[in-house]
Amino acid sequence: MSDTEKGKPKKKDSGKIFLEEISKSPLTVTILAIVTGLLLGGLLVAVTSEDVYAAFSDSPWEAVKIGANAAWTTYQALFNGSVGNPSKIIDAFRGGDPETIRRAVNPFFESLVQSTPYIFAGLAVALGFRVGLFNIGAEGQIFIGATTTVIAAIFLKGLPAIIHVPISLLAGFVGGGLWGFIPGWLKATTGGHEVINTIMMNYIAFRLSEFLLRGPLKDPDGFIPVSADIQDSAKLFRFFDNPIRFHIGFFIALLFAYLVYLLLFKTTWGFTLRTVGANPRAAKYAGMSIVKSTVLAMLLSGGLAGLAGANEVLGVNHNLAVAFSSGYGFDAIALALIGKSHPLGVVLAAILFGFLRNGAIQMQLTAGIPIDIISVLQAAILAFIAAPAIIRTLYRLKEPDMDIDAVTLRGWGGN
Amino acid sequence: MATTTMNNHMEFVSPTRRRVIGFIFLGLAILLWGLFARDIGPDALTTFRLTPGGSEQELPNWVFTSLPMLNILAVVSAVVGGYQLARGFGKRTNLMLGMVVAMFLFGFLTWATSGGSLNLAGLFRSALVKAVPLTLGALSGVLCERAGVVNIAIEGMMLTGAFTGAFVGSVTNIWIGLLAAVLAGALLGAIHAVLSIKYKTDQIISGTVINIFSAGITSFLSAKFLQKYQHLNDPGRFPTIEIPVLSDIPFIGPIMFQHNMFVYALYIFLIVLTVGLYYTRWGLRTRSVGEHPKAADTLGINVFRTRYLSVILGGCMAGFGGAYFTLGSVGRFDEMMTAGRGFIGLAAMIFGNWNPFGSFGAGLLFGFFDALSAKLAILKVPIPSEVMLMFPYIATMVALAGVVGRGQMPAADGQPYEKE
Repeated sequence: MSDTEKGKPKKKDSGKIFLEEISKSPLTVTILAIVTGLLLGGLLVAVTSEDVYAAFSDSPWEAVKIGANAAWTTYQALFNGSVGNPSKIIDAFRGGDPETIRRAVNPFFESLVQSTPYIFAGLAVALGFRVGLFNIGAEGQIFIGATTTVIAAIFLKGLPAIIHVPISLLAGFVGGGLWGFIPGWLKATTGGHEVINTIMMNYIAFRLSEFLLRGPLKDPDGFIPVSADIQDSAKLFRFFDNPIRFHIGFFIALLFAYLVYLLLFKTTWGFTLRTVGANPRAAKYAGMSIVKSTVLAMLLSGGLAGLAGANEVLGVNHNLAVAFSSGYGFDAIALALIGKSHPLGVVLAAILFGFLRNGAIQMQLTAGIPIDIISVLQAAILAFIAAPAIIRTLYRLKEPDMDIDAVTLRGWGGN
Repeated sequence: MATTTMNNHMEFVSPTRRRVIGFIFLGLAILLWGLFARDIGPDALTTFRLTPGGSEQELPNWVFTSLPMLNILAVVSAVVGGYQLARGFGKRTNLMLGMVVAMFLFGFLTWATSGGSLNLAGLFRSALVKAVPLTLGALSGVLCERAGVVNIAIEGMMLTGAFTGAFVGSVTNIWIGLLAAVLAGALLGAIHAVLSIKYKTDQIISGTVINIFSAGITSFLSAKFLQKYQHLNDPGRFPTIEIPVLSDIPFIGPIMFQHNMFVYALYIFLIVLTVGLYYTRWGLRTRSVGEHPKAADTLGINVFRTRYLSVILGGCMAGFGGAYFTLGSVGRFDEMMTAGRGFIGLAAMIFGNWNPFGSFGAGLLFGFFDALSAKLAILKVPIPSEVMLMFPYIATMVALAGVVGRGQMPAADGQPYEKE
């Protein structure tokens, strides 16, 4: 503005343009949202620390120092828990004992193990978003997928692993897919909103899996509601010996992320799906079937979530227990949005969430900070991502020229 | 858009719907006869006790022979179904549907109890108690959605209300705890309002933020403080008050008027909200903002202010409903103690057609199934309790699919308003 007022349009230097580009980029908002979320988490640790209040009687400054220290210790524990303790790793490699090495590097691999169901579930929610559908039912689809998987993995006997593993995964995909298909079909034929129906289907799934685990699926030799162990031939391949649980599921998840990318961005079907999501009226005008797209999208979305359940059963737990998923499906909503509903973004966000979750378990043990703090972090990050104006105001960023990746959703009425 | 709204408000029953409902009636009649009546001997007796446990009132037991009762119920259902198929009940279709379903449930209880006894009054009382948090949650939804803001954060608001009520109630006294719970709900309502009205965040995402946040913060603080210092988690409970004259009414008195203050507050809220929404200027304005904000704006109604007010009031209601868990029911906070009841409240709101008394009816029905599932073990009925607990969710999906009549959801529900 001032340039033109003076009447001599000064050429901006490249550095300034670069800064402006960064300021406008949606990626900047994402990163700042994550950083701000982490800062808020640190603040929460500080203000809930009893030592801080004890120190207040000495001097407020002392209290601030102790609070900052508490936050630092927490995040250090989070880092050591999710990536591994660097000095321990170096010592282990110097010592050369394979088991010590495995123990030292285990946190890193365990975080990847935690990321795997997040990738599947995040892809499920993201695929829905791309088609303008809000699949809140990933959690239920995970349960049903895990249930159908465990049935295939226990009761099919005598198959070689090369056949048994894909069949079990397929069972999970079909189970979850069915759980996504029903709300999709209801939306397409009756207009019943998928948000309500997927919430309802979640609870039906929880009750159903409870019923099955207390009755038909319960391990006949056990007393608690847990299924029997799956056949060895259905277990996903693990790369290392105990305690590292890192298994091939992670790479299967990456493969599916690539497949979803191909489907959405490189095929006619994907183009149809995205058009229906972005502008259903235009899609209809162009002769695309909204009914077919809605049903297909929910089916695939449910199937992907079902794979998250299958992955947990075949790769990690090797059985099915009540409430085994503990919120992967709900966190997936947050991470799909953080990843801008793009498969690559989802994979990165899922890895972030996996590291956070695994680190938080260690943090609880070593720093005494309840694991639930990561839910607070996720909520804060999600709020900032969903309302980028907050971050832009906070850090005085420039408005972007156009919000390219805005998620388009519609109200209850479905029109 | 406009045409669908028009259709929603017409009292017209389509021929398809008439036939579907007629067949439902006939189907229930056949089930009554085939499943229940044929299953029991001609001399089996059903005994319903009419005095809930702990009540001073003494009513004689209601004893009757099961088989004739079931036959009568089946015949009446069949006749109603036949009339529905032939002529149709027109406007009264939903009323008849409710009656036939009630007859079916009564038939079910008669069959399940034949040869034994069941405390009917206790069952109804427990259904009402279980309906309280569901209905309060549903009323929170009604307040928000009538003004056009979708609230799926009822669960989170209730959880935070429950925690705040327990914590503040323990530190101070129970009334201040209740006030704090309401304020905590209001605060979350305000966050939901700012995110969805000012920042135009998708309302479902904003609700999800609040749900995740509430689950995290309450569990975090509970693990950090309440579990360590038990005296911070001992707020006490509101005492049971017997309403003088009303509690002496036979059968109904002990069921409806021997409760703590939450139940009476619910009665009051139901009346106040119904009158407020349908008979006052505030209600008309709120509903018009939910139906057609642009028209409301043209008429000089401040859409934003109306929506802010409604969502914050909705938050208050959810906070109050959350306080029921800690201050009205359990007397202590447990992590994730609302256990999805906020979502059933959302379901009750939809099933109850975005209307206070409708929500209460849905809440009672859902509460009834919850109460019944606890009694099934005693009755030795071969239905697993988990299946019984699925009922509210399935019923809501059926209702949403339009089988029992298209819901009259506010037309602008979920759409952010942009002033031009």
